[in-house]
Amino acid sequence: MANANVKPLEVVFWLATLLPFVVTPNYLSLASQIAITALFALSLDLILGYAGIVSLGHAAFFGVGAYTAGLIAKHYWTEPLSGLLAAGVASGVLGYALSHIVVRFRHLALIMLTLGLGLLVHEAANSASALTGGADGLQGFRVPAVVGFKFDLYGTTAYAYALAVLFSCFLISRRIIHSPFGLALRGIRENATRMPAIGAPSRAHLRKVYTIAAVMAGIAGALLTHTTSTVSLETLSFGRSADVLVILILGGAGRLYGGIVGAIIYMVARDQFSGINPQYWYFWIGLLLVAVVMFLPNGILGGLAKFSRPRS
Amino acid sequence: MVAQDVELELPQGVRHALIGPNGAGKTTLIDLMTGMLAPDAGRIVLGGEDITGLRPEARVRRGLARTFQINTLFPQLTALESVALAVLERDGHAHNWWRGLSRFATELDEAASILQSLNLQKGLHRLTRELAYGEQRLLEIALALATRPRVLLLDEPAAGVPKDESAELFAAIAGLSSALTVLFIEHDMDVVFRFASRIHVMVGGRILVQGTPDEIARDPRVREVYLGKAHRVPA
Repeated sequence: MANANVKPLEVVFWLATLLPFVVTPNYLSLASQIAITALFALSLDLILGYAGIVSLGHAAFFGVGAYTAGLIAKHYWTEPLSGLLAAGVASGVLGYALSHIVVRFRHLALIMLTLGLGLLVHEAANSASALTGGADGLQGFRVPAVVGFKFDLYGTTAYAYALAVLFSCFLISRRIIHSPFGLALRGIRENATRMPAIGAPSRAHLRKVYTIAAVMAGIAGALLTHTTSTVSLETLSFGRSADVLVILILGGAGRLYGGIVGAIIYMVARDQFSGINPQYWYFWIGLLLVAVVMFLPNGILGGLAKFSRPRS
Repeated sequence: MVAQDVELELPQGVRHALIGPNGAGKTTLIDLMTGMLAPDAGRIVLGGEDITGLRPEARVRRGLARTFQINTLFPQLTALESVALAVLERDGHAHNWWRGLSRFATELDEAASILQSLNLQKGLHRLTRELAYGEQRLLEIALALATRPRVLLLDEPAAGVPKDESAELFAAIAGLSSALTVLFIEHDMDVVFRFASRIHVMVGGRILVQGTPDEIARDPRVREVYLGKAHRVPA
């Protein structure tokens, strides 16, 4: 039975996420970016790692969440938690609509389909410049505070906010994974042919998890909007879809923590390397990706699990 | 492989064997019955209800389950998880994403007892891919049983299993509830004549003949077309 009990290492891990407040107070903005990316990667893990849906267009939901939160803050109200919720709903509605197409395909067709849908949403936002600001992005708004805490220059509030939302979504994901629904998703990943033969409505399951993942990605996008007070087209870009896939593969798909660990490594490495030589940043990430896929096919976490627990 | 002009009736509670040379269309027939393949013409009726237009999972929920000739299992799930999944799907709990699996004690107990009834209690918590081949064949049947079928279609349940183990496997099948209708594909004639109360012989996509084991054993067409003159059919 998939072990649902909390392991000591998990407690240590989440306590360690508080360290940046005291150890690296100058890097709290980076830390909040990492938490947001980690949440985005976690949402991808739900569909890729657990249900086996490979997506190259996941940024569509991140971006729709980001723009929804931006538009609300700019034109309506600046209370962030309700904005977060609205962004999740908007992305979820889009996710549910697209899920009816997506779950009908597998393998290469699925990858191309998600890629195409992602490009469509990106170009739609680009064209609707009256609404989105087009290539200039959405600016001229500021979210002053969250639950009474003012956003500060150092990013203390931003990181606390992003971390709290990441942790909440993580708990929900963890619950999903260890539920009957989570078991059904693993069943689909393990053998899609057998599922109908045990009476399982695989497509309904896939539509549901795709929608949940879209909601979570939208919330991640909204977090970025709230903490940076700007929305750019980049939130919807192919690059962002590809990055989050790389992050999840690096960390290890299908183990909940893979996206978080991947985000930490990827974002810290990018921050360090691009300080030295920005052009060559993707050289190093390419090298890392090749090495991980060749030597640690289950990602960094998969590799660690193998070393710490020799095969019996 | 094709199947045509097939008229097959499966009265309730009977152990049917479906025999025939390789390529006769036996698996195709099961695929058609379970909805994995769509027929060009004809009807599939289950307990008076026309199920021809239903998707495979809907047929399973109405009580028509199958197993596969080649293991079609969940390699990285434990035996208990696999069977529990089938039970949870049957009882409509598989959509539940807010309660922990361990809270579904009734379903988990039922899954464990299904595995126990097939002598798989030792493998409960082992990953499917780590089970011995014979155990995996039994898990195939356990998954189908977990859907609580009225009609169970077994596609060569003992395929690849050594002869002594296959007798054990068929003894387990013979011990299933007498309310359950079973159709099994099998090549071993000893097993067929021992466990089937009706036999259907399929050749070239058609049912050549059907009858009791005695009738089949005496039928000259069967002897000629399928069994060949070299075989001695147990009377």
